[in-house]
Amino acid sequence: MNTRGLRSQLKDSVPVTGLCPQAGPYGVQDSLRRGFSSVKNELLPSHPLELSEKNFQLNQDKMNFNTLRNIQGLHAPLKLQMEYRAARQIQRLPFLPSSNLALDTLRGSDDTIGFEDILNDPVQSEMMGDPHIMTEYKLGVL
Amino acid sequence: MALSYVLEPAVSGFNFENSTRNIVLENGSEEGKIKAPKPMKTGTTIAGVVYKDGVVLGADTRATSDEVVADKMCAKIHYIAPNIYCCGAGTAADTEKTTDMLSSNLTIFSMNSGRNPRVVMAVNILQDMLFRYRGMIGAHLILGGVDCTGSHLYTVGPYGSIDKVPYLAMGSGKLPAMGILEDRFKGNMDLEEAKALVSDAIHAGIMSDLGSGNNIDLCVITKEGVDYIRPHRESIYNYKRQAKYKYKPGTTPVLTKTVNQLELELVHETVQMMETAGSS
Repeated sequence: MNTRGLRSQLKDSVPVTGLCPQAGPYGVQDSLRRGFSSVKNELLPSHPLELSEKNFQLNQDKMNFNTLRNIQGLHAPLKLQMEYRAARQIQRLPFLPSSNLALDTLRGSDDTIGFEDILNDPVQSEMMGDPHIMTEYKLGVL
Repeated sequence: MALSYVLEPAVSGFNFENSTRNIVLENGSEEGKIKAPKPMKTGTTIAGVVYKDGVVLGADTRATSDEVVADKMCAKIHYIAPNIYCCGAGTAADTEKTTDMLSSNLTIFSMNSGRNPRVVMAVNILQDMLFRYRGMIGAHLILGGVDCTGSHLYTVGPYGSIDKVPYLAMGSGKLPAMGILEDRFKGNMDLEEAKALVSDAIHAGIMSDLGSGNNIDLCVITKEGVDYIRPHRESIYNYKRQAKYKYKPGTTPVLTKTVNQLELELVHETVQMMETAGSS
């Protein structure tokens, strides 16, 4: 759940990812892989909640870790982040949906239901990525 | 992006893909302006009162969609937990879904901890959820319940604001209902007085507000249990259907009849013995 220790976070600004255009490895628009882009689409999100929803989990984690660091010292978030990294590596192949069970248990979201469990469940998605292309992209070969 | 393949898997949760398209549609050229369809609102009067032994919640039963009554017997008092019920005003779908999710979360919690949830827990979960979506979820809720710490009545606004008060009204008919409540509320009322007060408050909302109407539902929550009275008072304008609208068989004359035999080929036949439960 949300932590309430927000006063200590007031001076830090949480950087928001997603405002920069979809840069490829050279920092420019990757037309081959991502298609054409328009400045208007990239610069401003069309829905007020789009950005905040995209980064919601990241921002929550950052806030929680910061509060934990302030309360218990540096070791607590370090240990937890190590566990998160280990749990995040347990994934299926790139084109198959992974359950993220260990990550969910660590975060405590295995016994809460939110909109991300009801809407757009990736297990029930009707589109599947092309296995070869997705694996090549993941390995950096593409 | 026009790509024939997908590079990253889809993200769960809300999908904002169509919002650019919607903005373009709404601000279209002069002939091409298209208005988005309006969601069904509950246009409501809901009220709640804390009395001596618990909480009484009341609601009307009309759901409107623009200027038409969409549902005459809408149930606006939603079940959250065995000891907590919630009245919802605002967009009908939003209140339904939000209270459903709240109820699921509280059930998981009760199963995990073996305890009945407290009303503050429900309120906090709602507040977090609604604030996260910055008011886009149009749910104005009145939560009432009795737990181990006593009887509580809370209101949660769509932006996540909460208020804990002994008597409350929400919805489009809240002003007339609040008038009745402010006038006649006393602390520590008994059951019949409290039921009459809530019923009269909802009635005032029904009489003075276009968006509220039809019957009045009441829900009485005490430590012993819940009494869901639906309907408590029926509208005197309820009409009974004068005639049946079913057609007698043979009303439509049959002009021609053709029978096509379907050629079926028996490919495979299996027999599975069923275990009938014999007496043992």
